[in-house]
Parts: sequence; C-alpha cells; structure tokens
Amino acid sequence: MADDRRTHRSHVSYIDKSRGYYGAQGYPQAYQWAYHHAVPFAALEKPLAECRIGLITTSFFERKVDKGAVAGSGTKEPYAALCDDALGGLYNKDLFWDKDNTHTDDLDTYLPINRLREFAAQGRIGSLADRFYGVPTDYSHRRTSRRDAPQILEFARQDELDAVVLVPL
Amino acid sequence: MSLVARHLEEAGLPTVVVGSARDIVEECGVSRFVFTDFPLGNPAGKPGDVEMQTTIMGMALDLLERAWQPRTTTQTPFVWDAESNDDWRRHFMKVDDSNRTALAAAGDQRRAAQADAKADGAGRG
Repeated sequence: MADDRRTHRSHVSYIDKSRGYYGAQGYPQAYQWAYHHAVPFAALEKPLAECRIGLITTSFFERKVDKGAVAGSGTKEPYAALCDDALGGLYNKDLFWDKDNTHTDDLDTYLPINRLREFAAQGRIGSLADRFYGVPTDYSHRRTSRRDAPQILEFARQDELDAVVLVPL
Repeated sequence: MSLVARHLEEAGLPTVVVGSARDIVEECGVSRFVFTDFPLGNPAGKPGDVEMQTTIMGMALDLLERAWQPRTTTQTPFVWDAESNDDWRRHFMKVDDSNRTALAAAGDQRRAAQADAKADGAGRG
C-alpha cells in the first residue's frame, strides 16, 4: 500500500458514524457506547498446546431468530451449541454489517471453527471445544453485563475452557 | 461482545477479541484485540481466503500466548482492496443529501413498527 497523507484517521469510527446515521433517522439521543478506563487481564495458566479454546460469536441460528424483532431489541438469549451444527453457516441478515461490500457465506470469516480445528490438529492449541457460544448484540449494557456475560462464563466453566476467542461480526 | 470479554477476564479466563470495529472495542477496553481493517462482516478473514484466515487466527493465538498487559492490540497486515480503494469506508452508514430524506423516513417507519409491536405485546424491554 502506497504511503499517503491524510487529514482524517483511516480507520472507520463506528461510534462517530452511528451518531450521525441514527441522528439522521430522527433519534435525538446518541447511543452511549461502553467506555472503561481500567481493563482486566488474565494470563494463560498453561501452554497453549494444552489449552481448550472456546469460540464466541454474535451470530445465531436462523430458527432462534424472532423475525419480527429489531436487532438489539433484547429478544435473543445467549446460547451454546455444537460446532458441528454450525458448519452449514449461521443467520446474519438481521445483524449490522456491510452487506453492500461483502457477504457471510464463508463461515470461517466470522466463526473460524475450521481454522481453529486445523490449529488443534497441528498441535498449536490443545483443542477447540465441542461447543461454541452465541451472545446477542444488545442495546442494553446492563443485559449484556448482567445476563449474557455470566451465562457465557457458566458455559465456559461447564466446558472447562482455558481461553476464549471472541469474534463480533 | 467486549463487555463479555471483560467479564471472562475478570473471572480469570484469558480472551482475545478478533474484530473490525476498532473504536468500539478499544473504547470499551479489552485485554487483547486483533484488528483487521475490513468492512464489518469478515473479521476473521476474507471469504474463501483460507491462508488469510489462518494468519488472522494465528495472530489471535499469538496474542493469547504473548500479551503481557491489557489493551494489547495488533493489526493484521491485510487491506480490503488491493487497489487501495477506500470507498467502502465512506459508503457505510453515510449521511448526505442523497439519502437524508430516506433515512428520516426509515426512522419514522422503524419507530412506528416498534410502537405497533409494543401495542401487540410482542415488544420487550
């Protein structure tokens, strides 16, 4: 990529864009995005080659989507499902992503089950857990923090995960 | 999603977020973040590009192993368009004279649909 000079940062600011976008749709209150100064940090407790890795997505199975629901309306619940059952792809049409410029027909672009299984086969990780986990993209921080996150932690403990890869669409 | 990562970290479980919305993830604040500067939809690599997907997941695993402090972000080397065409950045969620009226109408429509759903008892929260 050629060097360049720019008056604005290159990375898209979705916080800035969404403020203008929803403002133009007549929503006067800008969304309050989560901000934290302090960030928790946990280190791996064993070599990666011995770790069971879990995978978390914001995508859902089609049958679990309430067709009348607006994304973020709180009608989805966190879930755990077998990776094998997701190999045919998940339902993403109700999520917010750049549908004009790309597609989600390739599962491993947003839920890299096959790639992580390859790393397991090579011995880079111990294993990919049999189950993956889904979490709704919720408007409410409270629902995410108090309902969804503890449920995901419980799934992680049930499956004795050592580390987690989260891939928001 | 970043709030979930924080919750897991607080409970002692190491995490890495693989994503394309850099500002949202970094404002929330996570321990480890692999950023790919792509349109939203393919944070783990381009469709059909197994080599790229493998590289991105490899970087996520590297970060799990090697990051020693929170807010460690690494950016993958990939660009969405080989010709450096950045139109996707401008196009996504754009607001200008070409769509201002349509956006206002879409907002009205959405609010009306939500009000109907609520009246029917289908809404929640």
